[in-house]
Amino acid sequence: MNDARKAILDRLRLSQYPDSTPVKCDDQNDPVDPVLWPDERIDCFINRMRAVRTEVHDASHDSWLDILHGVCQARSLNNLLVSPHTRRGAMIYAAARRFPALKNYSQSIEDWKSELFTAVDAAVTSAYGGIAETGTVILWPDAREPRTLSLVPPIHIVLLEKNRIYNNLAEAMRIQNWAMIGMPSNVILLSGPSKSADIEQTMTYGVHGPKELIVILM
Amino acid sequence: MTTDFRSNVAQALKQDAVQTHFRTVVDRLRAHRQAALAGDAAFEQLRNRCAAIRADAIRRLPQLLEQFESKAQRNGIQVHWAETTLQANRIVLDIMQRHRATFLVKGKSMVSEEMGVNAFLQSHGIDCLETDLGEFIVQLAGEKPAHIIVPAIHKNRREIAHLMHGHFSELPYSEDIETLAQSARHFMRDKFHAASVGLTGVNFMVAETGTLCLVENEGNGRMCSTVPPVHIAVTGIEKVIARLDDLPPLLNLLTRSATGQPITAYVNMINSPRRPDDKDGPDEVHLILLDNGRSRIAGDPELLKTLHCIRCGACINHCPVYRQIGGHAYGTVIPGPIGAILEPQKQGLDAATGELPQASTLCGACAEVCPVRIPIPAIINRLRWESVRKNQQSQNSRPVVPGAGSRRRPLEAAIWKIWAWCCSHPGIYNRLTKLATRLRNRLPAGMGAWTVARKAPKPARSTLHESLRTMDIDHE
Ligand code: SF4
Repeated sequence: MNDARKAILDRLRLSQYPDSTPVKCDDQNDPVDPVLWPDERIDCFINRMRAVRTEVHDASHDSWLDILHGVCQARSLNNLLVSPHTRRGAMIYAAARRFPALKNYSQSIEDWKSELFTAVDAAVTSAYGGIAETGTVILWPDAREPRTLSLVPPIHIVLLEKNRIYNNLAEAMRIQNWAMIGMPSNVILLSGPSKSADIEQTMTYGVHGPKELIVILM
Repeated sequence: MTTDFRSNVAQALKQDAVQTHFRTVVDRLRAHRQAALAGDAAFEQLRNRCAAIRADAIRRLPQLLEQFESKAQRNGIQVHWAETTLQANRIVLDIMQRHRATFLVKGKSMVSEEMGVNAFLQSHGIDCLETDLGEFIVQLAGEKPAHIIVPAIHKNRREIAHLMHGHFSELPYSEDIETLAQSARHFMRDKFHAASVGLTGVNFMVAETGTLCLVENEGNGRMCSTVPPVHIAVTGIEKVIARLDDLPPLLNLLTRSATGQPITAYVNMINSPRRPDDKDGPDEVHLILLDNGRSRIAGDPELLKTLHCIRCGACINHCPVYRQIGGHAYGTVIPGPIGAILEPQKQGLDAATGELPQASTLCGACAEVCPVRIPIPAIINRLRWESVRKNQQSQNSRPVVPGAGSRRRPLEAAIWKIWAWCCSHPGIYNRLTKLATRLRNRLPAGMGAWTVARKAPKPARSTLHESLRTMDIDHE
């Protein structure tokens, strides 16, 4: 459809005004978003996430494994999908006997799609960061923690380091320099479990994505 | 004069129950938005910034589209251009046939509605399954969406329960919203699993990085763009923005204006198809850029503001006309104020939808709530003028709205001309108005359409000039 491309662009160029210099839309004159102290930031993050039915555990580097263990027990999970190749994943595998059967996303989705869709109880992923203003977890899927890990299983557990929680999305993008470092095939901002208000504007959870989102902070 | 639009409106006004339901839901959306914005002093500044971002993008549309295209292609996304909806549909069909796909899972997309892709593919033996809960309900009912954010806004839970039970008799009848949603989840899971092609819309395209941004709550957009081996994204050419930094303010305004949420459950930023080490994601990502009249609209310095729209639906929720007649009466893909200015420009003022700019009280609520400050009432006025303008061969080659002048009626034009002449001739004007006051009791009670629902106007006992003179005021 190269003809279409040319026709559209030609029409657009023809209609351009002589003064098509960029309109100034920089943020210099914008109000600076309130910058919160680290503690406030974490509180804000926790409150926002809880407001959208996310279970948040305020753990530490020492206690997160215990918390994760508790989360699995409370739900009597039969299995847990987690990568052994991340630092925290390796720690979970090292303590494997405390956990339900651990599964690894070691093959392409085509090779085990049915199992992924029907036989995985919960999945664990790490987070690339968090956003306080909106109560959001940033996921940066890769070969170890593929995209469907956080999408298909009914329960999604996220491990997030508190010092990676930013004030807002703009700050996260800027500090982590997303535009330059090369993003993965798919970046996901997650703010709560899957939900819909399509019937009578009444919120219901767990429509197509995970029914439960659990965030463990450390 | 009875037109399709007028009979739709008459129909809609008779449906009391639907009307009441509409209002309840629209009021809820408005309240949510209000709550999310209350006390937010930075909000107005955020609007300015977003309005500037959109204005900048539309002004530099050809450059940004080319920049976007080359970035996206470098990332491995296949970019297709379509001048018409038919071309766009053919591209979809071609991809489907190449992959021998028999059905398509679809995320919510107003551009796909504009294309009429479901009907087109059906006529080629391919089924489309709407996976957004609201769209799914509308599809089961064999209808069209009645709102751009809440497609099934016109259905109450009882109707939905009957629909679901009617189509899936194995499901027990239930009016419980949670149960209804879970039934849809259950049914859809197998489809996501089996589908070889998924189709979604796009909220923003980022030129700087070649990123497609897709905003949603349910996770079906992620499913459609992640699980099937082929992902097709369809979008209008106007959705491009220059920089990644432009995204946060727009996302913020979009979701708060639409439903009052600070953010949707999922913001999906798609950069490429599956890469060599990736274990999932589609092998092919296709993006179809649809023009369908947009590049023509971009040629007018006033009308191009129509293209700034980010489809939040706030103008729709605040429109007194939409509130009365609902979404279907418009007979368009996009209803409400934005639909009333966009659709006539696309389809022509001589088409059935050319009448939509008349369906406004010019109350200005839409412009007041529009996050990117589109002057909808001014554009409505402009289109009203365009539809009755006298068509001369314009000196400049700028394209005008198709169908311009088509609603001009010689008699009406002559009456206005005479009236304008009277107004500039005080002697005649005074005599005429005096005559009207003297005949005040003898004017007909029936005045065509005006008196169907109103009383005929009655002139005062004396003209304004006469009254002023009796009060000794005479500045003339
Ligand atoms: S015109 Fe403005 S208020 Fe209406 S949908 Fe578009 S962005 Fe929202």
